[in-house]
Amino acid sequence: MTIGFALDCGIALLVVSVAGWTIAARASFAAVVGFVSFGLLVTLAWVRLAAVDVALTEAAIGSGLTGALLLGAAARLRSNEVAAQAERPGATLRIAAALLAATVAAALAAAVLLLPDPAPTLAPAAAANSGATGLGNPVTNVLIAFRAMDTMLEKVVLVLALVGVWSLAADRCWGGTPSPPRGAGTADATAFLAQLLTPLGIVVGIYILWEGADHPGGAFQGGTILAAMWLLVMMAGLAKPPTVGRRSLRLVLIAGPAVFLVVGLGGLWLGAAFLAYPVAYAKAVILVIEFVMTLTIAVTLGLLLAGPPAQEAPP
Amino acid sequence: MSAIVFGLCGAVAAGLGLYGLITEAQPLRKILAFNVLGAGVFLVFGVVARRGAAAGFAGDPVPQALVITGMVVAFAATAMAVALLLRLLNLTGATTLDADTTAVESDSMGT
Repeated sequence: MTIGFALDCGIALLVVSVAGWTIAARASFAAVVGFVSFGLLVTLAWVRLAAVDVALTEAAIGSGLTGALLLGAAARLRSNEVAAQAERPGATLRIAAALLAATVAAALAAAVLLLPDPAPTLAPAAAANSGATGLGNPVTNVLIAFRAMDTMLEKVVLVLALVGVWSLAADRCWGGTPSPPRGAGTADATAFLAQLLTPLGIVVGIYILWEGADHPGGAFQGGTILAAMWLLVMMAGLAKPPTVGRRSLRLVLIAGPAVFLVVGLGGLWLGAAFLAYPVAYAKAVILVIEFVMTLTIAVTLGLLLAGPPAQEAPP
Repeated sequence: MSAIVFGLCGAVAAGLGLYGLITEAQPLRKILAFNVLGAGVFLVFGVVARRGAAAGFAGDPVPQALVITGMVVAFAATAMAVALLLRLLNLTGATTLDADTTAVESDSMGT
């Protein structure tokens, strides 16, 4: 047994135990904290699976932003917790659920053990076509060029989710302002942290976007870091959440999918296919899409976390 | 070999998440369990990506890109679910999914 294999077994064991703790913990707040640690351990698993792009995404979105969202919700639900804990399903249901869950887990494990050998792969195809885009990171190539349709539709899903969240606002707050996300600790400390960390975070976010062309990173990861910086500044009270009815804000929100769509239709018009990039300018076109997309992702993720408008729009 | 370990780990996490999704009564805990379930499924797919290592890449980039897209969509769904939950709390003062209790709560709000 090599050291690497022992390390992998250790990480896997930790992931499973923390997942169990997340499900079993009594208090919701403890469960959410368990979930954030679970996400960070899963990040390590992704690094060990040689998928650093995925690891960055898991750390930023899967663990970080989802954790922040759920921590906020758990804090607001705390007063309700005792009443909610009284509800527990009967023993019969729990045993049936345990049997079902064990069957599903066993089926998944069997599928993992019985994967075909040699494994099917599209890596040679991705390598053969990487010259067409001028990017060195195969995952960015797939996201932005080879399967660009997925990425474009996912941008649309983000906007739709935001429309869904906003539509949950009370009538009088329609088109108003979300309440600022609540920070932890004293206001002074949060403001100090926001002033210190935000400039660095913005540089790191843009660096990860830029490096995503040839190394692990990209629009999602960079955009998430920018969103986190914006949220930190809002938590510290240094910036107010924007009024969601503002036209300039809405233009930023649809800019990402819109640029994608325009480029896609341009490809159709120039004769090749929907989302076919002109080969001579492929890298420039991709960079424009990525930059606009990062801005849209950052603003959309930040607003998704801020929640529906809770204050009336200023006149 | 290592990849298989994480595949089995993902399978167990998916099972734990499914159990929590069914048995937890509180909506917030259901959302949490659903995210654990999703992370487990993503890990299983990560094994497929790792085993597809070829052409000088350490893994097949296509499944990796699909997982990244999946994570962003999962976050969007979670944000939507949390917003629905907090709206329910605002309207009824409770977060129960029990149909009978909800009816009683909203009746008492109306009177």
